[in-house]
Amino acid sequence: MPTLVSHPDEVKVLSRRFGQGAANIDKYLELDGYKATQKAIAEGPEWIINTMKASGLRGRGGAGFPTGMKWSFVPKVSEKPKYILVNGDESEPGTCKDHIIFLEDPHSIIEGTIIAGLAVGSKMGFIYLRGEYRYLLNIMEKAVADAYAKGFLGKNIFGNDGVDFDIITQTGAGAYEVGEESALMESLEGKRGIPRIRPPFPAVVGLYGGPTVINNAETIANAPHILLMGGEAYAKIGTERNGGTRLFGISGHVERPGVYELPMGYSLRKAIYDVAGGIKGGKQLKAVVPGGASCPILRADEIDIGLDFDQLAKAGSMLGSGGIVVLDETVSIVEFALRTIRFYQHESCGWCIPCREGTDWIKKTLTRFHAGGGTRKDIDNVQYIAENMMGRTFCPLGDAAAMPTLGFVKKFRSEFEEYLAGARPANPLIQIQPVGEPEHAGAH
Amino acid sequence: MATITTSIFTPATAARFDKLAGIYPVKRSALVPMLLYAQDEIGYVSDAVVTEIAQRLDLLELDVRNVLSYYSMLRTVPAGKYNVQVCTNISCMLRGGFALLDHCKHTLGIGHKETTPDGLFSLEEVECIGACCWAPAVQVNYDFHDDLTPAKMDAVLETYRAREPR
Repeated sequence: MPTLVSHPDEVKVLSRRFGQGAANIDKYLELDGYKATQKAIAEGPEWIINTMKASGLRGRGGAGFPTGMKWSFVPKVSEKPKYILVNGDESEPGTCKDHIIFLEDPHSIIEGTIIAGLAVGSKMGFIYLRGEYRYLLNIMEKAVADAYAKGFLGKNIFGNDGVDFDIITQTGAGAYEVGEESALMESLEGKRGIPRIRPPFPAVVGLYGGPTVINNAETIANAPHILLMGGEAYAKIGTERNGGTRLFGISGHVERPGVYELPMGYSLRKAIYDVAGGIKGGKQLKAVVPGGASCPILRADEIDIGLDFDQLAKAGSMLGSGGIVVLDETVSIVEFALRTIRFYQHESCGWCIPCREGTDWIKKTLTRFHAGGGTRKDIDNVQYIAENMMGRTFCPLGDAAAMPTLGFVKKFRSEFEEYLAGARPANPLIQIQPVGEPEHAGAH
Repeated sequence: MATITTSIFTPATAARFDKLAGIYPVKRSALVPMLLYAQDEIGYVSDAVVTEIAQRLDLLELDVRNVLSYYSMLRTVPAGKYNVQVCTNISCMLRGGFALLDHCKHTLGIGHKETTPDGLFSLEEVECIGACCWAPAVQVNYDFHDDLTPAKMDAVLETYRAREPR
């Protein structure tokens, strides 16, 4: 079971009920539960959307799109039913924040879903968890059943005539690609998780052809807190255009890995050295992946930066899903790059050729390179392939594979060159595959 | 819905499937959850499972197989009673995921996607399972085991062995 961690610098908005047994609906009600939903019903859609806009909340799945604006794009009148789709298909390596929300505060996700429904005029929401999260689905199902029993879901919710809302919960069955919004809709419609071309955007033509709001689970869980504390108060916690707090999962070579709720704009250096207790075993820092595997790596001298969408973008990386992966001085970037591309090659759905072929080609090149059969041209080739994948696919998986790869070869080119000259890590993390052996027979 | 006269599933699962086919705006949406629950009961997605689910959802068997082949958690061959899934993705790798996988291969005497002769355990190297801050992590069927070492892994395997009659 996940361990809860705590640090004095945390600002607990979203996580304020963690560790208090809030999965129990009566406990949740004691802790201001379902007040935000009732307020939302009383105040109406315009007030909800304005409050969300004022909060500066941006999508916590990784893209950072302003949530209030996303909700406002849904047409007021629609022939087809409108839907809310909560993306809990958390699969970005380095990311386990939704895991802990489902576990510790499932009702906040239910509330957020109803609130989104009230805002856009939808009467049905779906909460989709990744297949591996079966025990969390059980927790969510219990929470949804308890909410129905109290009249918070179903017909005439909270005793309001004509205000109906239903929630269906389900899991996927193992596919990173399904975390992408259009592939998620395909999966929910009982198909292979293959992306759709946009436009039309889901806000206009989404699930079952109806207008659909798709939000990450953390995004949606923020909504009730924002409605209770006010948009401006939430915005004030963060930095400009980056409202509020964020659940940062700090993993890898740190003393105290865990999920911490820090204000947007918090120093990356402090997150690593203060909050997470510094580098494990007193070693030196080599690099950080700041927001999940798809975000370009930062060198140790690039960590004096605030953790928000704009500052990370300016530094040539991304805040992504908030999964901070810390690498100590012993890590070989060649090995790390190989493991990263193995993942994307395995998860590419194969729909778009630049992604399908590009990930495979980079993986094969790096596998041979890692086994000692590399050439100087391989380094340039890897960069060339990655550059040609960028922006040429239906969904961002191609970019998600190319961006970190470019980061590795551009920022740590000397490591690839030294590897070529015979240097090998003192503590290898991956077994070297002799050249000519059959391809790695593992997950990837 | 096509009437299912003789289901291959237990009455409880069959009843659950009857319900599942009716809750979505479009029946086909029940396909992925149904395949998972069928696998939980039968052990894998057998030909008979494909046939019955296709019938229940008014789909071609081809449609079902097309979806089945996409998702990594769905399998068409049986696995061990306890499927040990070791994550070796970046966060787990940094904290000993590959060493843990090697340890499991050695102690169980099997490789990736293989099953022990007694049918008790199978082993799989998997991609990120969403337990990065509690790495290295392993899932045995749907149970998470976090912050593991080879010694702790042995203890985990022992708890599953101990569930079996001697």
